[in-house]
Amino acid sequence: MPPKTAQIRLVSSHREVYEPCDDSFALVDALLADRTNIVDHCPRLCLEVGCGSGYVIASLALMLGQEVPGVYYIATDINPHAVSVTRETLDAHGVDAELICMDIASGLEKRLAGMVDVMVVNPPYVPTPDDEVGREGIASAWAGGENGRSVIDRILPVADRLLSDEGWLYMVTLTTNDPSQICLLMRKKGYASRIVVQRSTDEESLHIIKFWRDSDIQLDTKEIITTTKSVSARVMDSLSSQFPQLPFWRSSNSNCL
Amino acid sequence: MRLFTHNMLSSNIKGVANGFPLRIEVEQVLEKQVDFNPDFLKNLFPKLEWKALVDAARTMGYAELPEEADSLMLESEEFLRKFHHALLELHLEEGALVCPETGRKFPVNKGIPNMLLHEDEVPDLACNQVLCPTICERYGKVD
Ligand SMILES: C[S@@+](CC[C@H](N)C(=O)[O-])C[C@H]1O[C@@H](n2cnc3c(N)ncnc32)[C@H](O)[C@@H]1O
Repeated sequence: MPPKTAQIRLVSSHREVYEPCDDSFALVDALLADRTNIVDHCPRLCLEVGCGSGYVIASLALMLGQEVPGVYYIATDINPHAVSVTRETLDAHGVDAELICMDIASGLEKRLAGMVDVMVVNPPYVPTPDDEVGREGIASAWAGGENGRSVIDRILPVADRLLSDEGWLYMVTLTTNDPSQICLLMRKKGYASRIVVQRSTDEESLHIIKFWRDSDIQLDTKEIITTTKSVSARVMDSLSSQFPQLPFWRSSNSNCL
Repeated sequence: MRLFTHNMLSSNIKGVANGFPLRIEVEQVLEKQVDFNPDFLKNLFPKLEWKALVDAARTMGYAELPEEADSLMLESEEFLRKFHHALLELHLEEGALVCPETGRKFPVNKGIPNMLLHEDEVPDLACNQVLCPTICERYGKVD
């Protein structure tokens, strides 16, 4: 019997809540593709940021199911309608998660630091004017600001803080988000990365990227400081081979500046 | 909301130093049975603020937890059962969480805390040095 995921007909909806879409399916497919690794990993705490309809967190809970009992699931969303819809979706599938309406993981960052074993995010990633980000309702489901990076760039340091030493992050990105540069940022924080699923439609190319802490990289980072070029060149080689179709290095004008 | 979640939540309103633990106001508590998993409890124990859990459980009407606990007690099944019940089986279904420093109330409806801040409560870190210092710094270097 193939592992279970959430069933679309049991996923609840609301006009202000993002419905499961290609990106949601790609993320769940990535989790399925990596499922045996996750099972072997025996996660205790899984977190989804931006749960929307609840399709992803319900699928994760279902696919880990009996094999990894007693996992504590937490899901957040900035949209109050989304967390309510997620509750209905979870109930309809007979699974449970703790739901909190908040900005990313703002009220959890202090105390939950270093405790999350699996974090999944399908962020708002569509490039939009910056002032559309974080608006009420459905717009917050996709509006990602400049290069679609404004929410992603706030999520990355939170992930770094919350993930346990053995923690894994699965995140959806779009080509326009410059995933190779995201990987490089994370690499500088000591994370290795790998594309688990790649999917192209007419308009967009989605990558589901998995990040994990890699102790070798931390050594490399020190090396970068002392010996400069050689290691970053290596990193760029390995990243550009992962993202062959991308203009590899796009200078970023982030909202951070 | 379970009390493990409560133990992991703090108020992050602008200017608040610690924001933990949030005081619980109870309107309705539910109990839902969960499979007993001693390993999970043993693993979490060191991460918890025990006193916050004891007080929260008492507010929710469960006063069986010892005032103080140490890791030796994790050998006792009786202790673990109580710990399990308080941490995972009690749910705040309706009520509020109150910031210990400002008194600001965060409503809890249908078991879901709403921790969203008003604009003037958000710490000045939307995307600046505090929240993502590394990223800002990195961007500074990238060109
Ligand atoms: C692309 S949708 C994904 C929904 C769902 N996870 C899925 O895959 O179908 C992005 C979700 O992130 C939420 N979101 C946007 N900004 C957020 C923020 N700052 N904190 C938490 N959630 C946010 C949106 O409300 C929306 O539900």
